[in-house]
Amino acid sequence: MSESATSNLAPTPRAAAPVADEAAPARWTLIAVTVGFLGLFLLAPLLVVAVEASRKGWDGYCSALADPDARAAILLTLLVAAIVVPLNTAFGLSAAWAISKFQFRGKAMLTTLIDLPFSVSPVVSGLVFVLLFGAQGLFGTWLAAHGIQIIFAVPGIVLATLFVTFPFVAREVTPLMQAQGTAEEEAALTLGASGITVFRTVTLPNVKWALLTGVLLTNARSMGEFGAVSVVSGHIRGLTNTIPLQVEILYNEYSITAAFTLASLLACLAVVTLGLETLFERRGGGAQNVL
Amino acid sequence: MSCDVAAEPIPGLTPAHGRSAAGFGAAQGISVGALTKAYGAQVILDRIDLDIAPGELLALLGPSGSGKTTLLRLLAGLDSASGGAIRLGGEDAAGLSVQERRVGFVFQSYALFRHMTVFDNIAYGLAVRPRRLRPSKAAIAARVSELLDMMQLPGFEKRFPSQLSGGQRQRVALARALAIAPRVLLLDEPFGALDAKVRKDLRKWLRDIHDRTGLTTVFVTHDQAEAMEVADRVAILNGGRIEQIGAPGEIRERPATAFVRAFLD
Ligand SMILES: Nc1ncnc2c1ncn2[C@@H]1O[C@H](COP(=O)(O)OP(=O)(O)O)[C@@H](O)[C@H]1O
Ligand SMILES: [Mg+2]
Repeated sequence: MSESATSNLAPTPRAAAPVADEAAPARWTLIAVTVGFLGLFLLAPLLVVAVEASRKGWDGYCSALADPDARAAILLTLLVAAIVVPLNTAFGLSAAWAISKFQFRGKAMLTTLIDLPFSVSPVVSGLVFVLLFGAQGLFGTWLAAHGIQIIFAVPGIVLATLFVTFPFVAREVTPLMQAQGTAEEEAALTLGASGITVFRTVTLPNVKWALLTGVLLTNARSMGEFGAVSVVSGHIRGLTNTIPLQVEILYNEYSITAAFTLASLLACLAVVTLGLETLFERRGGGAQNVL
Repeated sequence: MSCDVAAEPIPGLTPAHGRSAAGFGAAQGISVGALTKAYGAQVILDRIDLDIAPGELLALLGPSGSGKTTLLRLLAGLDSASGGAIRLGGEDAAGLSVQERRVGFVFQSYALFRHMTVFDNIAYGLAVRPRRLRPSKAAIAARVSELLDMMQLPGFEKRFPSQLSGGQRQRVALARALAIAPRVLLLDEPFGALDAKVRKDLRKWLRDIHDRTGLTTVFVTHDQAEAMEVADRVAILNGGRIEQIGAPGEIRERPATAFVRAFLD
């Protein structure tokens, strides 16, 4: 036993040493390129946002945020996220559950469809909603007759955001659920737990960290989405402008500091999202290495 | 609330009339008639007839793919049969859901709840009962520690499944199944994932647990030595049919078919 173990292992350290030596320059080059790239394209913009936003000092920062249109944009963004995140959490979980725990026809197609919002340009997604619900759209006459406005109003923004952010939760949760299989759920059933109890006490806790990551990404994207929302919003100041749209308007008007002040909110959101995501993934990694 | 454990009998859990030391009710038999399972045209179990006496320890022996797991899952109500009948303790199981069948099922991969401690795993079946039927916290804790003692796992309450060896996981899975005072105990290759040395030690231990609980027990194995050593009777399954049922000595002396003879060699 021990003899064969040593003879199997012995060559490895000898072979590994020169490889590591030869790899050193390549390793350092790759690390330098990566760090340089990240610095230039990720950290530098963050710094620019911070610098530009603080150009007029703390008072300038506060007054830019106190502007009624900025206020309205912030509130609308929060409202949209408050509607979209819970809905897409529920949709994503259902989709992940259906795909990983049941066998049915058309499952492969469903899996592909879930990714559709990621492969379609957000602008096209927005246009689809205009074609469906706009004044000249498929349901336009019917909606107008019933006094319902979707396009150039908050419902359109919510719909477009729902569409664009649908895949996040499903994508985070499905692979994990698939890997975990159904054995634990079946064990819980034999122990007398009802279906809903099994979901609450076994299925959900087992995907907790992946789910939280998905929720976080959904939130970040629903607050930051520009393309799809831009098409359906109509850019009505104080009414249908979310933060990203308001940033663009301010920037186009050369209100650079005000634009960057609002943008800094989104930048903060990104940093917090990234931090939490790292935390969740570390936690989840710990729990998932179990079996 | 009262903390006096003895004053709070847990339905179906309190030590019953001498039959078993560990608080399991009178053993219930299993009766299977013409049980059939097919996936489309593929017949997995072909008109199985099987009578298991109350308190018996039966080994279900057969090569991989012979339908052992399928039979166990049908008994537990995890899958539904294509035909035939199952009776548990004289009651027709057809109208009973998985939960109502209350079988103790030990899965081949253990299927322990990975995010729960050993304590919460074992307590699960009692903790998820509707409030009306749920034992007090103290009674559950007493039950868990009693089972941990029985499984020779004292002091393991706070561990997670990932912190246990294969043999320990297997024992926690068994304790979890026993906690609900099941009608019958079904074990799918309980020693399948363990190394040869541990398997040998666990044979005697399984027999011991069975004798102490008095539960009607079906355990699946593909290892004939294991089946012959542990079980009261052995049922040999091949291609979805039962080739022979009998006491180990009987089967060894008078193999009923060429398959049995070959399988025992
Ligand atoms: N869900 C299923 N769909 C189709 N065939 C199945 C399914 N489950 C099991 N089988 C088939 O049933 C046969 C018996 O399986 P199983 O009961 O797991 O055998 P064993 O436990 O004796 O190894 C195998 O040939 C397997 O491929
Ligand atoms: Mg099997």
